[in-house]
Amino acid sequence: MTAPLLETPLAAWHAAHGGRMVDFAGWTMPVQYASIVEEHLATRRAAGLFDVSHMGRLSVTGPDAIRWLDSLLTRRGADLAPGQVRYTLVTSDEGPTGVSVLDDALVAREADAADGSPRLSLVVNASNRDRVVAWLKSRLPAAGVTLTDHTRETAMIAVQGPRAVELVAGLCPAADAARIAALKNYRATTATVAGRPAAISRTGYTGEDGVELVVAASDAVAVWEAILAAGAAHGVVPCGLGARDTLRLEAGMPLYGHELAAASDPFALGLGFALNLAAADGSPREFPGAAALRQMHAQPAQRVRVGLVCDGKRAAREGSLVTRPGDPNAVVGTVTSGSYCPTLGTAAAMALVDRDAAAEGTPLDLIIRDSAASARVAPLPLYRRPATPS
Amino acid sequence: MAAAPKFAKTHEWIRLDDDGLATVGISAYAVEALTDLVFMQLPEVGRAVKAGESIGEIESVKAVSDFYAPVSGEVVEVNAALPGNLETLGQDPYGAGWLVRLRPSETGELAALLDQAAYDALVKSQPH
Repeated sequence: MTAPLLETPLAAWHAAHGGRMVDFAGWTMPVQYASIVEEHLATRRAAGLFDVSHMGRLSVTGPDAIRWLDSLLTRRGADLAPGQVRYTLVTSDEGPTGVSVLDDALVAREADAADGSPRLSLVVNASNRDRVVAWLKSRLPAAGVTLTDHTRETAMIAVQGPRAVELVAGLCPAADAARIAALKNYRATTATVAGRPAAISRTGYTGEDGVELVVAASDAVAVWEAILAAGAAHGVVPCGLGARDTLRLEAGMPLYGHELAAASDPFALGLGFALNLAAADGSPREFPGAAALRQMHAQPAQRVRVGLVCDGKRAAREGSLVTRPGDPNAVVGTVTSGSYCPTLGTAAAMALVDRDAAAEGTPLDLIIRDSAASARVAPLPLYRRPATPS
Repeated sequence: MAAAPKFAKTHEWIRLDDDGLATVGISAYAVEALTDLVFMQLPEVGRAVKAGESIGEIESVKAVSDFYAPVSGEVVEVNAALPGNLETLGQDPYGAGWLVRLRPSETGELAALLDQAAYDALVKSQPH
């Protein structure tokens, strides 16, 4: 027996507007409307609108909220200022290596509550929400911290692309618009968007400039439609999970369940920046799995994450073997994600490969259904957005 | 005049031509369902194929799909222009978007395939 699929507050809208609905991590989600390639290119050219309400949204409040999260997350929380967002891993100290990566997440500190106590939020992957919530609950102190799952009562909309910020700012009162326009990357604020209260962060998963909005579930369709209506003349389109995946692949961003798994060595994935092994004062930080991560840092893994750009359009998929050119027996790694990449115009992949095969420009073969496709190691991200004049 | 096309449940169409060869393509429904085609691999000319055997692959951004010989026979010609012009598949799936021509070896197999009405009914029953 399978549980019924969960629906985001926008599910009926997607189905009514040509969204091809698929099961994704227990949610019915649009994989595309008309064309993944068109949605991808529209995001790079103007902006794309993504329903990411399936992502888990948790709040952590109370006088001890920061201290508690700082004791649990790989990323320092103690020096998180109100309005700041950080990418972090959620780890436990279980498993054969002494550390298990339960998820990657964004942790944000919002403005303090009226009583002066801190308010934080976590955005976690849909596929990991249940176990992350269970893990966090198992670590809650008797008092001083409140953990709440807001996933079902809110919606989350990502607006991504060169026109995204002006588009959202244009739907806000002047003071809010100015604050959004001035918002730095990985900063968050609140605003009234299309007349509805929203939490806004300058974050995303596409390699483009953009924002992510959290609104009440009952406001989701109104905000979504207002953004689309304002952006339609500029080529802004709704996008499905298919384009979200090709965009994040070009942007070199890991996806849990593909690049990242419980047994991952985050350093080998290039995620060392998300592991604060020391506190701001230089003293060692303790969090679940910290000792094992120190060990991993001291003994680098044999394989590291690289980008691979193929010569042709035929795509390697997750699990494809990576070999030395012309020698199918000389296996040096495994593909973790692969697809045709619309902005690159060729297929590309991310893979874990041996260090001596990881240098930029190294020619390698990807074994796709018993035949080899030639590729070269390329620096991540595979796509970098043009610098915007400021 | 060429006969009306018949269809395999795996969404290939096949049409017996006046010269006794059969032209094979994939249905408009299948092209529409695949979307975002980026790569196609056609079989070698001269290859002997069995009905239901994979004779090539077509790849979209999301996934790779096989396509299958609707009948047994020999591959006598492939549409070599197609892999470089995949948009032709969407524009003219029953004409310029043909994939291969076969010399059928078992004439009885053709009769067992779906006619247009039966194929349309199959497509209607597919989840959207």
